Amino acid sequence: MELYVPILVLAVLAAGFAAFSVSIAPFTGPKRWNRAKLDAYECGIEPTPQPVGGGRFPLKYMITAMLFIVFDIEIIFLYPWAVAFDSLGLFGLVEMVLFIVTVLVAYAYVWRRRGLDWD
Amino acid sequence: MNGTIPAPTIEYALLAPMLVVFGAAIIGVLVEAFAPRYLRSAIHKPLTLLTLAGAFVITIWQARTGIPTTPSAMGAVAVDGPALFIWGTILVLAFVSVLLINDEGHFVASAAAVPGSAEEERALTEGATHTEVYPLVLFAVGGMLLFPAANDLLAMFVALEVMSLPLYLLCGLARRRRLLSQEAAVKYFLLGAFSSAFFLYGTALLYGYAGSVDLAKINTALGSVGGQDTLLYIGVAMLGVGLLFKIGAAPFQAWKPDVYQGSPTPITALMASGTLVAAFGALLRVFWVALGGLEWSWTPIMWGVAILTMVVGAILAITQTDIKRMLAYSSIAHGGFLLIGVVALGNNQQQNASALSALLFYLVAYGFTTVGAFAVVTTVRDAGGEAWHLSRWAGLGKRRPLVAVVFSLFLLAFAGIPLTSGFFGKYAVFQAAVAAGATPLVVVGVVSSAIAAFFYVRVIVLMFFSDPAADGPSVVIPGGTWAVGAVAVLATVVLGVFPQPVLDLAHTAAQSLFVR
Repeated sequence: MELYVPILVLAVLAAGFAAFSVSIAPFTGPKRWNRAKLDAYECGIEPTPQPVGGGRFPLKYMITAMLFIVFDIEIIFLYPWAVAFDSLGLFGLVEMVLFIVTVLVAYAYVWRRRGLDWD
Repeated sequence: MNGTIPAPTIEYALLAPMLVVFGAAIIGVLVEAFAPRYLRSAIHKPLTLLTLAGAFVITIWQARTGIPTTPSAMGAVAVDGPALFIWGTILVLAFVSVLLINDEGHFVASAAAVPGSAEEERALTEGATHTEVYPLVLFAVGGMLLFPAANDLLAMFVALEVMSLPLYLLCGLARRRRLLSQEAAVKYFLLGAFSSAFFLYGTALLYGYAGSVDLAKINTALGSVGGQDTLLYIGVAMLGVGLLFKIGAAPFQAWKPDVYQGSPTPITALMASGTLVAAFGALLRVFWVALGGLEWSWTPIMWGVAILTMVVGAILAITQTDIKRMLAYSSIAHGGFLLIGVVALGNNQQQNASALSALLFYLVAYGFTTVGAFAVVTTVRDAGGEAWHLSRWAGLGKRRPLVAVVFSLFLLAFAGIPLTSGFFGKYAVFQAAVAAGATPLVVVGVVSSAIAAFFYVRVIVLMFFSDPAADGPSVVIPGGTWAVGAVAVLATVVLGVFPQPVLDLAHTAAQSLFVR
């Protein structure tokens, strides 16, 4: 049980910090009105008024975010491979090339389907 | 950093059916990316069919050259008798489903366009179609192949996702009744993702218990690890929820009617046959290999689930007025019958083998009949697409006797009438269950079969003994659907009259049980 005491202390500290900063902010922060502050954040959709028939909304940001995740994951796998390149040897190289080629196929699909164009 | 990590041994030849399917799926994506639009479907159709046929031939060749007795790919995949049998079944069923998919008019031109909008008009005039369907189907089939063959829980989870993700997308691509289709896709995705999370959490807890995700090692740990029973039981329960969700066993059956109804009918056929076969293979492997030693703990739960599934499927099917929803509930009830076979696990090797071969035969028989039944559903059409409401099927026997007779045959096979494949499937599973001492379960099975027979026969009566409506639906049978119907009728009759070759094959496949 004693092993967990530092974790508990950390949790209490973190909760305390969060509570402190959120409750102190309204009193210390400056309040300057800005229209952008009241907008939906980045990719968010304005919930009202409802467009007729559900309407269409842009997916640009979503596609960018999804692509980011794909390449992010690719990097996650590349990192340990790069660190252990020597010990993994030829097998590691072949597997990694196969993996990158697979991701490349997905990338080619996105590119040809104009998923990389912003407008 | 000078030490070398030994390269794993991977038996590529044994994994070849899966590698072929996945490779073709990747080529399919490249076709989508680089081939001009008018060529795509002309490339995809032969590519997909040849791939599935090729993978099937390799599977047969493997089965003939000798079945390995140890797991392959460092214990991640087990290519054993049951796995090869299930692979063959899935590949044939997928081939037949692709024939159904090939026929025009099942898929939307542009899924993102609102029906009746300018974008929709443009997509239609450009002749756009979602030919991505083919690579998606191949990815899903690849996942289905890996799922029942996975010998550790992580490989199984990856297979589960590879199988499910393309299916979530495919569900939402129906050409008609677009909103229903998209609703089906969202429901399937949300519930499926939720059940995958259960599976993964169960995997984590079992790893905490056994120190390994390998199925055989978990089984060994059952006898040697003490004082961690809470981890074990919660882990098993969560794993069970994830797997039972995929086969649509009660109380996790709620998604099935909605998804089967909303999806494009050829995709429903693929899901109702291939996915069910794959999921049962995986369920059997997990519960018999990894948790075989824990039999006394999970069997009572499985009894309850089997009874609930049969009763819920059979009784709710009676109240349905929609043909696709009725078939979905019938599929739930059949999942319950199959679960009877899962319970028939004992300490007797011979008895286990006969239960397993019964289940394998049942899966083949049910798979073909299901694909056939959904193929018939695609042919009966109104102005607004397929006619799903049962009242529209009234008098079909008088207008199109052949179609009605074929559909009646499939319904009788579902009901398990002698001289159809369904009879031997049910008989073999019930017999195995009685041998394992699950007689009360068999009684419930027989009673729910009788209830189910009522609503199957009701449809037959409706088709032959009601007067057709003046503005009744028309019957359109494209070439691929013809072929699918013929194959399904042939399978249903041959397996019903002359089942011995397939029974023998299933028996041989099941003889060595699952490898450890």
